Amino acid sequence: MKELAYYEAKFEALEEIMAADERVHLINGTFLSLSPHRHVYQNLKNKYAERMISPPISELGFCGLATGAAMAGLRPVVDLSTGSFIYEAWPQVANEAANAFSMSGGQTRVPVVFHLFHGLRGGGAAQHSGSPQAMLWNVPGLEIAIPSSPRDVKGLLKTAVASDNPTIFVDHTRLLDIRGEIPDNDKPIPFGVADVKRKGSHVTLVATSYTVQVGLQAAEKLAKEGIEVEVVDPRTLVPFDLATILSSIEKTHRVVIADETHQSCGVAAEIAARIAESGFDKLKAPIRRVSTLDVPVPYSPPLEAHIGPSESRIMSAVKSVLA
Amino acid sequence: MLPKLPREALLDLCRRMFVIRHFEENLVPLHDKGVFGGHYHLYVGQEGTGVPAISCLRADDYLFTTHRNHGHLLARGVEPKKLFAEILGRADGLNKGKGGSFHSVAPSLGFLHSSGVVAGIIPLSTGTAYASKAQKNGRITVCLFGDGSLEEGAAPEAFNLASLYKLPVLFLCENNGKYGVGRAVAAAQSSSMAAYPLTDLPKAYKIPAQQIDGMDAGLVHATIGAALQKIRDGEGPQFIEAQTVRFPGSETNWPTVPQPTHTSLAWDVSSVPEKAREWYRSCDPLLIFIRELVEAEQASRDEIAAIEGRVKGEIAVAVDFALNSPYPKPEEAEKDFFAQS
Repeated sequence: MKELAYYEAKFEALEEIMAADERVHLINGTFLSLSPHRHVYQNLKNKYAERMISPPISELGFCGLATGAAMAGLRPVVDLSTGSFIYEAWPQVANEAANAFSMSGGQTRVPVVFHLFHGLRGGGAAQHSGSPQAMLWNVPGLEIAIPSSPRDVKGLLKTAVASDNPTIFVDHTRLLDIRGEIPDNDKPIPFGVADVKRKGSHVTLVATSYTVQVGLQAAEKLAKEGIEVEVVDPRTLVPFDLATILSSIEKTHRVVIADETHQSCGVAAEIAARIAESGFDKLKAPIRRVSTLDVPVPYSPPLEAHIGPSESRIMSAVKSVLA
Repeated sequence: MLPKLPREALLDLCRRMFVIRHFEENLVPLHDKGVFGGHYHLYVGQEGTGVPAISCLRADDYLFTTHRNHGHLLARGVEPKKLFAEILGRADGLNKGKGGSFHSVAPSLGFLHSSGVVAGIIPLSTGTAYASKAQKNGRITVCLFGDGSLEEGAAPEAFNLASLYKLPVLFLCENNGKYGVGRAVAAAQSSSMAAYPLTDLPKAYKIPAQQIDGMDAGLVHATIGAALQKIRDGEGPQFIEAQTVRFPGSETNWPTVPQPTHTSLAWDVSSVPEKAREWYRSCDPLLIFIRELVEAEQASRDEIAAIEGRVKGEIAVAVDFALNSPYPKPEEAEKDFFAQS
């Protein structure tokens, strides 16, 4: 067992993946956005320069290049950096990569990973704070992994690269410096297996990405008031582990879903629908969502803080389902 | 002119052109009778480009094509019955009925993905080329698209990548909008580009580009062969615009056959409706090729008619195969959209 920062765990995964499989190529970016830890990317580049390219600012072009390379047997991992930039590559991601396996009748495999940093990052404003995972969840053919801890980022990244399907790897810059324990010789984390991040008996809080961390802080504060929140992290949206969430609700009978995508047709909306369809009889209170408000993300700090799934909004929602 | 090839190879090119022609002339009535729905596009009129160009490739090279893919697949040797079955949405189709006309593929022949988005394949073709370079396997990629594809932003982005990384890819732009004899200017134009000639676009990215007559099988064969050699020698991407005159049957919203093809049309087009006659007289690459074979004494009219007769028989059998192939089971719709590792 060792303790690592999230970014260190992520780069340990990248190192091990690059060392283990020469089909893996890293396309664009540093996988760390503008983090001060960018030197670790240079360390990787010193070792594997021939398998790393920094293409021109052509998201459509290089996402297509990566997709084509995957069809030909490489395992490219593309860093789109800011999540909103995937909109520039939409035709290649949503209309070529996602469809190729199905429309070829199961003949052409596309083992490409599209990595991005989503969400509210502090001053990103409307064009650099996007959370495209909800839209991407509406595109059949894409797997979506969304880690929230050092152990998960390492284990899920390995599974994403090993997958034979196009995979969206949804990261968050506010996670990069959190610390957590990773067991020695930890195995890749299979997709479709949720993780109970905190045990509790009163309310189930389903959360993803950085909002898991916000939810855990909210849960600690609520515990001081005598409310025990169980925090469930799906870890992947596609495939989705509904069973773990339902078994938590079996115990708590109450659920709040907190997530940074916008509320309408957002990640929380889809999870709520699935719970309502399959677990309605277990519920003693309406499902509550804590999502980013349905407005373009504003720049100014108090405005940005106001629209996100904050600790205080999560705490209010938890109390409301107990009322 | 004829490609500089032995007689057997020339006759094989002729046979492949007939396969495409009779395949598509049989497809149109199937659609008109409601045997399949959805839109589709004909390759007729471009056989003089696709057939000799694709004959220059090695068995393990990659090809990408678009919604206008039937000719490319057939030129490469796809079984007509499998392609018919795919277009008819049948279980025995190339893609088990999941792709249809727009998306027919044949991975064993190098066709990994066919896109109905006009420039969708251009970035993808840089990807297989990038992979081949990394894998040092000598495979090159040919990306076959129409002039309209250049209007989408994916094209210049891909040209930039291909040029920067000197990728082994041939961009073969089939411009079927060359003005024909007696045609009103713009009547046949299918693209609207400020960059004109079209070769100006790849040239801006330092990709060697040339414009050729796509109805001249010999010129196509020689030009493609030379371009492929440069790519194999590591010189990076090449761009060729092959110009053909749009088939009158493709000028309408839904394809039509103005005149069923027959070898004798090479010398007598009096049976062709007047509106389409000039195209068959001077712009049909198959009929041009037939005349050249006879003039060069590589084959007699009867020998060519015999080749055509065999092809027509094979196409009739292929149509029957497709019509008798079952539809996929409805629940197949929920399968095969994720690969199992």
